[in-house]
Parts: sequence; C-alpha cells; structure tokens
Amino acid sequence: MSEIVPLLEARNVTMRFGGVTAVDDVSLVLGEVELRCLIGPNGAGKSTFFKTLTGQLNPTEGRIKLRGQDVTGLLPNQIARLGVGIKTQIPNVFNGLTAYENVLVAAQRGRSAAMAKAMVEKTLARLRLEPVARRQVGQLAHGQRQWVEIATVLAQEPDLILLDEPAAGMTHEEVERTAELIKEINRTQALVVVEHDMQFIRMIAQTVTVFNQGKVLMEDHVDAVLADQRVRDVYIGKAAA
Amino acid sequence: MKFNSAWAGFIAVLIAGLVVLFAVPQIVSLFGIVQMTVFVAMAMYALSQGFLWGFGGIMCFGQASFLGLGAYAYAITAINLGDTSWGMLAGVAVPAIFALLLGYFMFYGRISDAYIGVITLTVSVILFQLINSTSGAQYHIGQAELGGFNGIPSVPTLNMPGDVSNVLSPTGIWYVSMALLIIVYALLRLALASRFGRVVVAIRENETRAMLLGYDARLYKLLSFTISAAIAGLAGCIYDNWGGFISPTIFGLAMSAEVIIFVLVGGLGTLIGPILGGVGLQYVMNLAGTQHKVDPNLGLGVVLVAFVLLVPQGVVPVIRDKAMQLFIRRGAKAARIQETSP
Ligand SMILES: Nc1ncnc2c1ncn2[C@@H]1O[C@H](COP(=O)(O)OP(=O)(O)O)[C@@H](O)[C@H]1O
Ligand SMILES: [Mg+2]
Repeated sequence: MSEIVPLLEARNVTMRFGGVTAVDDVSLVLGEVELRCLIGPNGAGKSTFFKTLTGQLNPTEGRIKLRGQDVTGLLPNQIARLGVGIKTQIPNVFNGLTAYENVLVAAQRGRSAAMAKAMVEKTLARLRLEPVARRQVGQLAHGQRQWVEIATVLAQEPDLILLDEPAAGMTHEEVERTAELIKEINRTQALVVVEHDMQFIRMIAQTVTVFNQGKVLMEDHVDAVLADQRVRDVYIGKAAA
Repeated sequence: MKFNSAWAGFIAVLIAGLVVLFAVPQIVSLFGIVQMTVFVAMAMYALSQGFLWGFGGIMCFGQASFLGLGAYAYAITAINLGDTSWGMLAGVAVPAIFALLLGYFMFYGRISDAYIGVITLTVSVILFQLINSTSGAQYHIGQAELGGFNGIPSVPTLNMPGDVSNVLSPTGIWYVSMALLIIVYALLRLALASRFGRVVVAIRENETRAMLLGYDARLYKLLSFTISAAIAGLAGCIYDNWGGFISPTIFGLAMSAEVIIFVLVGGLGTLIGPILGGVGLQYVMNLAGTQHKVDPNLGLGVVLVAFVLLVPQGVVPVIRDKAMQLFIRRGAKAARIQETSP
C-alpha cells in the first residue's frame, strides 16, 4: 500500500540490432506528471529507447511497465490505448489529409462525434493551427508539420507524452513557444523530451538523463548535468554555451 | 466548404445514377440492355478494386479470385437450391469469408505490401488451375457439375425472392444490377465519411502514425479487404446474370489485370473513377471485339500506356480539379465584385 507505483518503469532494457547494441541495459523511472529531458549525442540510442517504450520495437531484454502493468511486447496501438503518445523524430503525419483531419483521427477514438470535434478545435487553437486547419499537411512547412504531429498526440490526452526532438528545425520563436507549451502540458501530463538544443533544455528542464552509447551516463538536476565534465566530454564539448 | 462540395458531388452522382437506372430501359434496345448489364458488372468489379487500392492502400493483384468465387458460388448455390436469392447471398458471402481467412493470414502475419501483391496473384492462379481441372462428372457440388475449363452452362437467372417461377427479364436484371451499383457506391461513400473510413484512409497515409494513435492497422486492412471481396463477389453474381454461364477464365490473369487498368484510367482515390473506367474500357473492349481488327487486350494495353503517360492521375481527378479551379476562380470573381460594390 505504502509503495508508490511509478507511471513508467523501464528495467534493464536492451535493444540489439545484429551486432549493434543501440540500447544497453537502460533503467528509467518516471513519476506521474514528471518532466524529464533526455539528452545524448547522435546515435546514443534515444530514439530506439522511445521505440521500445511505444511498442514499435520489442526489446531484446528487459521489462517495461506502465503504472505497474507489464507492457513489454505489446503492439504500438495497444500501448497508445494505455495512455502513451509519441511525436517521433522523423515526423509521422498523414500527409494527404488536412491538419483538421489529422487531429480528428486522433481525437475520435473513444469520443462521440461532438466531443471529438470539440477536442479538435480546442487542440488546433492551442497550437495556433487554425489558419492552416484546412490545408493538406504534406504542403505545410516543416515546423508546422511538427505542430500538427504534436496536436495529434495531445488530442488523445495521453498520460505520458514522448517528444523526440520537438524543436528540431524550428525558428527561434517557434522553439520558445514549444518550451512554453511543454511547461503548460506538464501541468497535467508527464513528458519525456529528447532535445539537442541546450538553451531549450535550460528553459524547460528539471531532471535530465544523459544517454551515451546506449547506456545511461548520468541522471541528475539540469544544473549538475550541464556542469558535469563527463557530459561535456561526450556531448556538449565545443558546443557548450 | 470542401465538405459541402464533396457532398454536392455525392448527391449529383446519385441523381445521375438514378437517371441512368430509369432511362436505359426507355431508350436502349433489349440487346443494348443486356450489354449494359455487363458494364454494370465491370463497374462493380472496378469499384471493389478502387476502394481497396485507392482508399485502403492495399494493392491486390488477384482481384479476379473474388469475382470468380462470387460467380461460381452464385451458380452452384442457385443450381442446387433453385431460388437465386440464396445464390446472391452465397455469391457475396463465399468470397468475403475466403478474403477474411486469406487476409487474416496476410495482415496478421505481417506480410509486407509487395508480398501481398504476390500472394493475391498466386491465389488467383491456384483457383484458376483448381477449377480448370474439374472436368468430368465426378467433380460436382450437389447437382452442380463444375465442368472444368468448359465451366457451368445455363446458370439460373435471378428470380423474384421466394418465387422461383418468376424469373426476371433482362430489363428486370438491369434494374437490380444498376440499383445494386448505386447502393454499393452510396454505402462506400458513407463508410468513407465515417470514423471507420477515416481510419482506413489514415492507415493508407501513414500506418505507423495510425498505430501510434491506437488503431490496429491489421484489423482495418482485414475489414477493407473483406468488404472489397464481397463487392467483387457481387460483381460476379451480376456477371453470371449477364452471360448465363461461367467458366474458369473469370479467374484468369487478364481479369485481374483489367480491373487494375479500369481503376488507373478512371482515377485512383475516387469511387466514381473506377466505375466510369470499368464502363468505358469494357465498352472499348466490346467494340474492339466486334470489329475483329484489334485484339481487345492489346487495345487495353495501349489505352493503359497512353493514360499512364498522358493522364497519370486518371480521368476523374483531372476533371474534378479542373472543375474546382473554375469554381474557385468564379468564387473569387464573385467575391471581388461583392467587395467593390458598396
Ligand atoms: N533498425 C535499426 N537497425 C540497425 N541499427 C539501428 C536501427 N535503429 C537504430 N540503429 C542504430 O542504433 C543506434 C542508436 O540510434 P538512435 O536510437 O537513432 O540514436 P539517437 O536517437 O540517440 O540519435 C545507432 O547506432 C543506429 O545506427
Ligand atoms: Mg534520435
């Protein structure tokens, strides 16, 4: 009774592709309504780790639990229904559909037609996508397509939101808006955010987990992480501000 | 706005369909009516492929399997039971159940898209060989002799449900066939506008995203595949009623290839396109067949190459886009006039 069940609990997760170990014995625990940043150099295994959490990949070893329920090996659609939403690194949107239709596909699951419509409108307004609501997503700028993808994720109202490089390719202003949005989402939902932009990390982060070569290098408060020499060595290096 | 124009198009097509339904018996000779019935069969067949490929994003290279299964199931059931209403039911149910089993194996077995093409093609070849090798009296289902490559002669024509003695005239068959085409078209349009249809199209657009939003892509693909097979089976029943006989050539590669061409020429991603493609090209093939100057299949090949080079989107999308441009330009003009007028 006394023990608090975490929202997400990944235990000793390993993902191998032939000889390559993309994720190597990673354990990560996330509480309800927690915000976690995940950083690490390219190829550190961040995206692959997200894929194991969402069922896109079945981990070679290890277990993944959501609120105590073992979800290892479940399909992406089953995990989505348990309240996990992801914005992938390479945008996954319905290019041939309008922004409105993209969000509607997400919003209609488990809702009446009227409630789905209300959710679409609310989400489009929240992400300021109303002006492009009736445009085909394939024709939108990269930044806007990312917003549409985030909108589809939010319209499902997941308890856990994974954002893989949400600010990549965005203008400075868009990056700031993304940071604001993440803080706002975090009032009600838990997030794990993968990002490279250190300024962005400073804007939003409390706890940061650092990946390197598939392993967790360290996990600490953002200030401690950014001051750490090992992190500077593997990751920040010359780019450190 | 797009919503309204889409529904206006739907209503217009329905009205046009009803006009054709009632006008044809008034103005076309009896021989012509019989001809028109095979056009309807081909339109229905093309619709089955156009829905699956254009909206479900599933490329079936052996759609003739379902056309043939429908035609044979209709014939065999009607011969055995007398009442052709059961034949119609079997003609839809048998290919649907067959597709359900085949589709379960393909989609739940995570067979890749390219292999789905290969498997469906192979299945149609197997069915052809199977039915083709049933010559002799020992191959029969109930009273229906399968007849090998000669097929089944004298397939019973549709009767009024429950009244075997009341057999429909060619005009009656026209009414039933054309009405069925209109109904199937309307049901598909409504299905595509529903939640189900939105997910089917979303999976075509991006299967990964659809799964990450909680939809089981395998289930939706299986349902689209089954619906498509049922419609192809219905086309097979109409085909029986046109010719009054059925042979294994209905399972042939030519039949599977033709329907792909119908869809491509008419317009992928529309429902009316395949219908018009089926009618138009069947008409051209009939014409070529009676002229005895060009081989119909050669003619069809030439048409396909010409369209792929000149109108790759197909006829209907091109016309629709042109009409839309005209509409928008007119609208803009009207808006300008309104703006300038005080
Ligand atoms: N499907 C795959 N097959 C083989 N290797 C892969 C596959 N996916 C990722 N990898 C490898 O796994 C490692 C981690 O990649 P990734 O998770 O994309 O890193 P990150 O997101 O941290 O940049 C890389 O070396 C990458 O090449
Ligand atoms: Mg990555």
